Amino acid sequence: MITELSAGFLPLTDSAILIAAKERGFAEAEGIALNLVRETSWANVRDKLAVGQFEISHALAPMPIAANLGLTPFDTRLIAPMALGLGGNAITVSTALLARMQDRSGFSGLDAAAAGRALADVVASGRASGGKALQFGVVHPFSGHNFELRYWLSASGITPDSDIEIVILPPSLMADALASGQIDGYCVGEPWNSIGVARGAGRIITTKSSIWASSPEKVLAVREDWARENAETLHALLRALYRSAEWCGQPSNHFELATLLGSSAYLDQPAEFILPALDGSILGASAPGGGRDFFQPHARAATFPWQSHALWFYSQMVRSGYVDHSVAHAETARQSYRPDIYRTVMTGIGVPVPSANSKVEGALTETIAVGASSKFLYLGPDGFFDGAVFDPDRLDAYIAGQTD
Amino acid sequence: MAMSERLPSVLIIDENTTRASIIEAGLSAAGHSQVTVINEMHGIAAKIALHEPDVIVIDLENPNRDMLENIFQLSRAVKRPIAMFVDRSDKEAMQSAIDAGVSAYVVDGLRQERVKSILDMAISRFNAFSRLERELEEARGALEQRKVIDQAKGLIMKSRGVDEDTAYKLLRKAAMNTNRKIVDVAESLVMSARLLGDEGK
Repeated sequence: MITELSAGFLPLTDSAILIAAKERGFAEAEGIALNLVRETSWANVRDKLAVGQFEISHALAPMPIAANLGLTPFDTRLIAPMALGLGGNAITVSTALLARMQDRSGFSGLDAAAAGRALADVVASGRASGGKALQFGVVHPFSGHNFELRYWLSASGITPDSDIEIVILPPSLMADALASGQIDGYCVGEPWNSIGVARGAGRIITTKSSIWASSPEKVLAVREDWARENAETLHALLRALYRSAEWCGQPSNHFELATLLGSSAYLDQPAEFILPALDGSILGASAPGGGRDFFQPHARAATFPWQSHALWFYSQMVRSGYVDHSVAHAETARQSYRPDIYRTVMTGIGVPVPSANSKVEGALTETIAVGASSKFLYLGPDGFFDGAVFDPDRLDAYIAGQTD
Repeated sequence: MAMSERLPSVLIIDENTTRASIIEAGLSAAGHSQVTVINEMHGIAAKIALHEPDVIVIDLENPNRDMLENIFQLSRAVKRPIAMFVDRSDKEAMQSAIDAGVSAYVVDGLRQERVKSILDMAISRFNAFSRLERELEEARGALEQRKVIDQAKGLIMKSRGVDEDTAYKLLRKAAMNTNRKIVDVAESLVMSARLLGDEGK
């Protein structure tokens, strides 16, 4: 029997696992016909999940948390039983801003700390001369982009909102806005950084993987009521997506995947704009191989929904004033991610799974083999660029220590 | 107070000018005197601040919904907080709005029943517009098909030296024999004629 499932996605490189699951037969092998619907906004995804047009969707990692904390218009509860990879975003600035950064500090490369220092220099000189605040674009308030950009700015000594204004823009309009001078930079998922660079609008100055190594970006969002009533279908879907993630992670498949994603039904972009994120060449020739790769769909437990990731996003929602910190709120955020479901499914097919639901983010400075349910599992490195450590068991202290 | 008497002011954000104007016409006919249409997204925050609408209607294809919702939440560009129109409990209204491809926002405190008719109007006009578009598409397709069949008939008439009626019968017979549609047979005939350079000779 074939079960039909409708899923929303936005045209981004990190929708790869869902698209390959459909197009390379992984969903079909599990008895699932995936109906993938391309959407123009995350608001549409949220609405269509709420009214039941979608059972599942490609979603920004903080979206299920925001929904369950009551920060969205509808009372639809969402869970994330699987992540859709690690990394995949970058920060791109206009050529004019880049020139100012280079003038002052000779900045080059993609290191988050060096880029932050160079930008802080420009901001300080702008502040001194009474210049108008720079503007950076992100796609949604409840997004990895918004929270990692704000984190990076703060840790670099730049105050978000006053030193640099953060505005919301759809990904497809970022490059145009940069080229026309409407914004000075943006933090967005691929291929929109590569496209901005290709259009000559700007250059990538750092990446999500440099700000927070092995960090979450998109998740599979599932309506909680649907998940409860359709456990078997959900399990079949997770198996299909896991096999798809494995396929996407194989370097020998990257070219085929880039071509597939680029086709008119999906991203509708030339494969040459998509490939650099998949094969890591976006990081340039001097990029260290292995650990700090740009976008990782599979290796190092890239699809495991760590509750420490959910809690870090929660800590940043508190920091930005979206929600007050309380034990109940933190618990709601933590339970929005469901490693228990993931573990049940993957153990069933002999896949190595972390035995813990949370980890101390920033504890691993290199890739290590860790305790898994079977076989070996490699994790990390997973640090923040400023050396700060996020221990989910010490959430109160972390939140209290956030300065702005 | 007069505020409770007059109908809410409405802002329609739709890059499709035809669709926007049929909604505007519908609302005007229903007695709404304060209806503004914005087709151009540039400087949208300032435009919203200028008009201070009670209700905002927007199409779901617009990629700027996330940006607009953020503006509404910040309530800096707009003086009064704006929320999603459809009540959390009213899933049915939400369903039909989303099916139609439209969404709406309303300022806080405006009673649901005062805006229900606006959304209903927007939904019905969106549906009517999609229906028209579909019909137009079909008509266009039918016209194309007739053109291809006429071309194929012309080719047969010329190569076989037969009249139009016979040419059509030959075409129909070929379609029946190969279990294909007449238009498909006609299309492959026209295509191969083009490839062989027969066309226009």
